[in-house]
Amino acid sequence: MPNAYIYDAVRSPRGRRNGSLSEVSAVRISALMIDAVLERSGVDADRIEDVIWGNVTQVGEQGGCLARAAALMSGLNDEVPGLSVNRFCASGLEAINLAANQVRAGDGDGYIAGGVEMMSRVPMGSDGIPYAVDPQLAIGCHFVPQGISADIIATEFGYSRRDCDRYAVESQRRAAEAWSEGRFAGSVVPVKDRNGIVILDSDEHVRPETDMDSLAGLEPSFRTMGESLPGFDRVAIMKYPHLERIEHVHHPGNSSGIVDGAAAVLVGSDALGGRMDARPRARIRSCAKVGSDPTIMLTGPIPAARLALERAGMTIDDVDLFEINEAFSAVPLRFIEEFGVDPDRINVNGGAIAMGHPLGATGAMIFGTALDELERTGGGTALIALCVGGGMGVATIIERVSETE
Amino acid sequence: MADFQCSIDADGVATITWDVPGRTMNLMRMEGFTELGTLIDAAMSDGDVRGIVITSGKGSFSGGMELSGFEALNRQGREGSREAVLEQVMGIHRLLRRIETGGKGAREFEGRKPVVAALPGTAVGIGFEIPLACHRIVCADNPDARIGLPEIKVGLFPGAGGTTRLVRRLGLPAAGPWLFRGSLADPGRALSSRLVDEVVEPDRLQERAREWILEATDDDLVKPWDRKGFRIPDGTPYDRKGFENFVGAPVMVNSRSYGVYPAAKACLSAIYEGSLVPFDLAIRIEARWFTGLLMEPSTASMIRTVFTDRKALGKGVRRPAGIERQEVRLLGVIGAGMMGSGISQVAAGAGIDVVMLDRDQGKAEGGKDRIEAAIRRRASRGGISGEAAQQALSRIRPSSDFGDLQGCDLVIEAVFEDPRVKSGVIAEVAACVGPECVIASNTSTLPIDGLAKAAANRDDFLGMHFFSPVDRMMLVEIIRGSLTCDRAVARAIDFVRAIRKVPIIVNDARFFYANRCIIPYLNEGMRMVGEGIVPALVENAARLIGMPVGPLQLVDETSIDLAASISAATRAALGDDYLDRDVDRIIGFLMDRGRLGRKAGAGFYEYGDDGRRIGLWPGLSAEFPPLPSQPDVEEVKNRLLLIQVLEAVRSLEEGVLTDVREGDVGAVLGWGLAVWAGGPFSWLDMVGADGAVELSRRLAQRHGARFEPPGLLLSKAGEGGRFTNGGAASPDAG
Repeated sequence: MPNAYIYDAVRSPRGRRNGSLSEVSAVRISALMIDAVLERSGVDADRIEDVIWGNVTQVGEQGGCLARAAALMSGLNDEVPGLSVNRFCASGLEAINLAANQVRAGDGDGYIAGGVEMMSRVPMGSDGIPYAVDPQLAIGCHFVPQGISADIIATEFGYSRRDCDRYAVESQRRAAEAWSEGRFAGSVVPVKDRNGIVILDSDEHVRPETDMDSLAGLEPSFRTMGESLPGFDRVAIMKYPHLERIEHVHHPGNSSGIVDGAAAVLVGSDALGGRMDARPRARIRSCAKVGSDPTIMLTGPIPAARLALERAGMTIDDVDLFEINEAFSAVPLRFIEEFGVDPDRINVNGGAIAMGHPLGATGAMIFGTALDELERTGGGTALIALCVGGGMGVATIIERVSETE
Repeated sequence: MADFQCSIDADGVATITWDVPGRTMNLMRMEGFTELGTLIDAAMSDGDVRGIVITSGKGSFSGGMELSGFEALNRQGREGSREAVLEQVMGIHRLLRRIETGGKGAREFEGRKPVVAALPGTAVGIGFEIPLACHRIVCADNPDARIGLPEIKVGLFPGAGGTTRLVRRLGLPAAGPWLFRGSLADPGRALSSRLVDEVVEPDRLQERAREWILEATDDDLVKPWDRKGFRIPDGTPYDRKGFENFVGAPVMVNSRSYGVYPAAKACLSAIYEGSLVPFDLAIRIEARWFTGLLMEPSTASMIRTVFTDRKALGKGVRRPAGIERQEVRLLGVIGAGMMGSGISQVAAGAGIDVVMLDRDQGKAEGGKDRIEAAIRRRASRGGISGEAAQQALSRIRPSSDFGDLQGCDLVIEAVFEDPRVKSGVIAEVAACVGPECVIASNTSTLPIDGLAKAAANRDDFLGMHFFSPVDRMMLVEIIRGSLTCDRAVARAIDFVRAIRKVPIIVNDARFFYANRCIIPYLNEGMRMVGEGIVPALVENAARLIGMPVGPLQLVDETSIDLAASISAATRAALGDDYLDRDVDRIIGFLMDRGRLGRKAGAGFYEYGDDGRRIGLWPGLSAEFPPLPSQPDVEEVKNRLLLIQVLEAVRSLEEGVLTDVREGDVGAVLGWGLAVWAGGPFSWLDMVGADGAVELSRRLAQRHGARFEPPGLLLSKAGEGGRFTNGGAASPDAG
């Protein structure tokens, strides 16, 4: 089976909700990232087989096969099609995995994969959520919103409000440190207007001043919907009847931020780089996607990581670095506990709690972050995983390609 | 004589009068739809008819479907095909749709004939679904009238378009309570809630209906949902306005019923799917869900127990034959505590004079004060009129003089649950009352034959077990001692009927019927805590089998010391056969720490200063450490369900119960056991005796002999027999 390689990865800065990027359309920021990754990688645009683009809320300007629209607006020629994919919060990573597997199957040499979510412009959920409203599903699957699911994880595994806040403070500290040391500088592409004037060049959501005291004052976000209207906790307890109550520990400060952004990754076969200047930076070792319990919903990274490790013939100890999306503090905390991972090897440059989680783009963003960090630290392998709405998980393991390979 | 008659007046107004011969209230039979359809079609095609009034020849419009009609549909589905059932339901839809479109096509907006529903009184179920299809609903201002769709209460939902029409008329948030709680409205509330269009003086009803017909314009005859661009009020699942409502509805439906009632789920699914399509598709979808629900085995058994059998027992079907009416004009109640004052209150409310006696006058007066507060509260909520409240209060005479019992037809003692105390009181009563008086002990656990020894006349003595709170609980367990005569039983039944409760007659044996089942339920819950099963799992599993209250909470409510005294008495009675020593360990543990339950502000639960339950007491887990691996919730559910169901079977086997209907109705009304299945015996018939035997044996193997299937269950399994008389609930495989 041919290998799938990563030639390059770029991302936009993450604009806070209704912030700087809210004036940029989803199609345009996607096109900007496509052009940027092509240009940086040195790969010839003619070698691109397809654009696979992740995006969750596929309505309005994000609807109508956004991937094709972005391809058309980009510098790619009209012969390059586009495929929009939706795996909720893992859409960006799923796009990369799909591209990698196309390459591994021998179906073309070059793919641009990634994703976008302009959450200020296209509200989350505005495309309709059948499994929240169709009684057959909602009742049958014990549907609760993600925040309640995160609180179920915290309750079930005993993560206190302090545990979750402490994790969030550390995410902020790490993100601030990473920015101040310029660790993102190589891969964050400033978003400019058509005159070349910069609109945003760094993450807007980070609050480096966050400490335990400032978080302590925040009200739990999901208590009202859990305990009174409409009372999701009862539904959670029907599914987890050994719990007496759900502890509501998550709030805006220890949950991922709602932001705007896009990211692109260039995936290809070894042939793609062969005749050109472009050199692959990493190889995809394995990837995996799983369905998991839809009520607790956000534990999918664990079985997804297990499957990806199994497929790569690796154990957890073989992995140097982890990017586990910080949808809520409880998600990485659970991953750390389950695998006994050293917290200093996971999300070392902060994550979505500090920088935000532009749903369809995040997978591709943290993928690029892992790649940059492997290179910076000289590590070999990284595992990227995200929890996914509806009870799913996606994981990818990458391995850095040495200079001599 | 037909159920419907039609007459046409000089103005061309046709009046279709619903008047089922020989009945006080109109109930719809399947044949009734055909009759109504024929009259509607004739009037629609009659060139001289300008419009139609549908009304009733009785003081009410209709009490809904004849429930046997549902049984017939269910049988048809089982014996024939579901297609045939769906077709029957669609036939009703087509009839109502012809009314709604005034005899024209759904898109023909001209030349329609107005149809007005003129409701002289109560209109519920199909009796309100027909009006909903009319162009105008005019209701008489009749204080006794109740309007609404109570189908959910018998395990159904409005399946003749009522669900689809009400949601389109009011929107989901406003329609929800009527559909999911089955609430009924008096005319004023029906008008303000827009269930009806107009309320008029009763004598103006027919005139007003005719007037409206003569005034109606073409535009008045088109339902909003038949117009272009119609939007359901308050939105649909995929618009901004409706999203939250449709997210919330499944949560409320599911969490209120803990998932055990299929009707609410089916109703909400019909609403959801119907809200995404035009009206004619929506009623077809409604019909599909309704057909599916009718075919659920639990539907027919729930109707049978909650409606048919309950009604039969309430009418005194088990009353000893050949004994003249035993009216209780004057009731004596001994003890002005919670039970005594509760009994006095319901009796006075039913027009019976009451002497309420306690040791000292102050206590008796205090009991009356409590009744007064309760009655006033009810009156302030509109439950009864102020005048009725005053009358009821005036019927209660507090007293401390046993001599005042002179002339009582029935005396119920409701003093402390202790055989010596009770015997003393019974002897005192017996000395004061006339020879015709029946004496009853309101006991929940003490053997009646033992107490009877204190009565002068043992054949006029029996047990009457009321449930708390008396004003809300519908069941009275009448316990017949070995010497109790038929006349005494008849008087007790007649009294229970007079206070509009439902009697069951059981024979005298330890804990009678209800507590015989409830106590093992409580014990099983406590035993599981002792085994290291987390208390929350025990309590939640109970709710997941549909129990209104978990076993630990129920122990707290009834108090730990009561549990201790019951177990002490049982231990003494059973000697070596006593099997609950591991339960005693938990009871003892709580007793030693003064955690006597809610009354002590501490028990299995912790309570706030205001008496509010805060949560399970964490101290339990220190003494009874949780097992590292907790059992599957299904196992816990099975234990809590079977421990009660098997005891019900033993009650029947040993002749404590003599009628399966009483077993089901008693369990449903008394302590809420398996309401969704129509009670324990209906549940057994649903799963089949074979399946129940297998399950019991598995539980017996793991948890002890108390789960061994009783002989009666084994013999039913052997012969493929059933407990209930079948009716609509007989299983597919005969």
